[in-house]
Amino acid sequence: MAAAETVLTQGAGLKKPEDLTLLREVAEATAGVSHLEMCIQCGTCGGSCPSAADMDHTPRALFAMLRAGMREEVLRSNTPWICVSCYHCVVRCPQEVHIADVMYTLKSMAIKAKKYTDSKPPDFSQTFVGMVETFGRSFELGLATRFYLTHQPLRLPGMAGMGLGMLTKKRMNLAPTRIKNIEQLKAILEKAKTLELTA
Amino acid sequence: MNKYLFYPGCSMEGSARAYYESLKAIQPPLALELEEIEDWNCCGATEYLSINLIPAYSLIARNLALAAQQKNGTDTVMAPCSACYLNLEKADYYMAERPALGEKVNEALAAGGLHYDPGTLQIRHLVDVIINDIGLETVKSKVVRPLTGLRVAPYLGCMVPRPDFAKRWSDHEHPSELDDLMKALGAEVIDFPMKTSCCGGHMTQIGPETAYELIRRLVAAAEEHQADIMVTMCPMCQMNLDAYQGETNRHFGTNYHMPIVFFTQLMAVAFGIDPKQAGFGLELVSAKEALARIGLNVPEEAKPAAPRRKPEGLPMPKPLPKKYASGQAVAEE
Repeated sequence: MAAAETVLTQGAGLKKPEDLTLLREVAEATAGVSHLEMCIQCGTCGGSCPSAADMDHTPRALFAMLRAGMREEVLRSNTPWICVSCYHCVVRCPQEVHIADVMYTLKSMAIKAKKYTDSKPPDFSQTFVGMVETFGRSFELGLATRFYLTHQPLRLPGMAGMGLGMLTKKRMNLAPTRIKNIEQLKAILEKAKTLELTA
Repeated sequence: MNKYLFYPGCSMEGSARAYYESLKAIQPPLALELEEIEDWNCCGATEYLSINLIPAYSLIARNLALAAQQKNGTDTVMAPCSACYLNLEKADYYMAERPALGEKVNEALAAGGLHYDPGTLQIRHLVDVIINDIGLETVKSKVVRPLTGLRVAPYLGCMVPRPDFAKRWSDHEHPSELDDLMKALGAEVIDFPMKTSCCGGHMTQIGPETAYELIRRLVAAAEEHQADIMVTMCPMCQMNLDAYQGETNRHFGTNYHMPIVFFTQLMAVAFGIDPKQAGFGLELVSAKEALARIGLNVPEEAKPAAPRRKPEGLPMPKPLPKKYASGQAVAEE
């Protein structure tokens, strides 16, 4: 641990140096330079968030938990899954923390550790990605039928009219489109899955 | 002639067909030449990023690598879909900002014989190209049917003006570009305070109650400002506000009817193009009344067949009487 950091943490009145392993792990696994360690706990993010009301923790609270090393609680929080990727917090954050990208990282960590508490959102993402990996394009009808039948069959009757409208207006394709060089894409993704972002 | 490499994105061939058709219709008057990126793939939307980082960026970067190979007198990729635009821009930006990411992505791309150097391409959105390259004067000069008297709420959504890595937009939260474009068509543009608020994104699928509230706020604000119609530049926004407005109404016991179409559709009709060719009639919340205000008749597309005997379809317990439905006050007995 760097000397300056020891002084800082002890100056803050802490009995022992902070354990920033979790914070660093998340920052490192996030695309770009996340500035996560720069968070000053001002709360602009939560105050800007259109869906904060449905979150277990505001982004600010979540980042405090990261700093405190509360791995279990962070990965179980629904916050990243409720994030709508609107980037309001990102452009307002005075420290330029890449909040939305940190949320993506936390989601992928929760999936890997199987800590999410509601299986709907990760399953939706995984079903979507499955279609893309198979065809190279998204396939809305396939995604919708598989996802709704598995997770919310009771919502289907209410949506029948809308779905029918989308189909008759040809806004939903009956068959998927496959890209020509799907083998190339598969080779790229296969290789990519063996790689991880480190410092 | 303004020429661009073109990344349409999956929605343009499906749910946002009206966007694609109207874009094709306004290309000749704007002298806009688009060369589709050969064999492009899905950008992964907001889904792949939540699962696995390097594959997600490699998926996006394959498109960038293909586009860079195809450079044909232009190094600009134009994407009309917000999510696609952001993903392409983000991959290009982060691969440079974080060299480790660039290296890993290129290691993956190499497995398919591809390579991409960040910074090779300019990633731009359709609205940006129309305003800054083609110009509002050119747009004005093509208007033969001004949209006089049509009250339009410009709705940009999130992912184009934010985070805006390349600083191309006038403001993150209240940009004026779409307003200016609609004014050039002669429309009466309302100062829409929620022009970059969120439509709920994929929450309509995975957390509908979160999404319904966001949709309600937008539609209610547009109605309060007495808009006849909302225009958007994002397939996801259009889909959520159009296709889920009915469900939102049912959820809150409201009765909003706010049509939402793509800005290119209004450009097309202002240029004198037939509404049907401009993709009108494909929206689920009909824009017929709005178009009647500028003296246009919208063709009725094939109406969806009447639902089977019972709206609930499968044998299920009887729904509660209407007055107990969620979002409605219980009537006095």
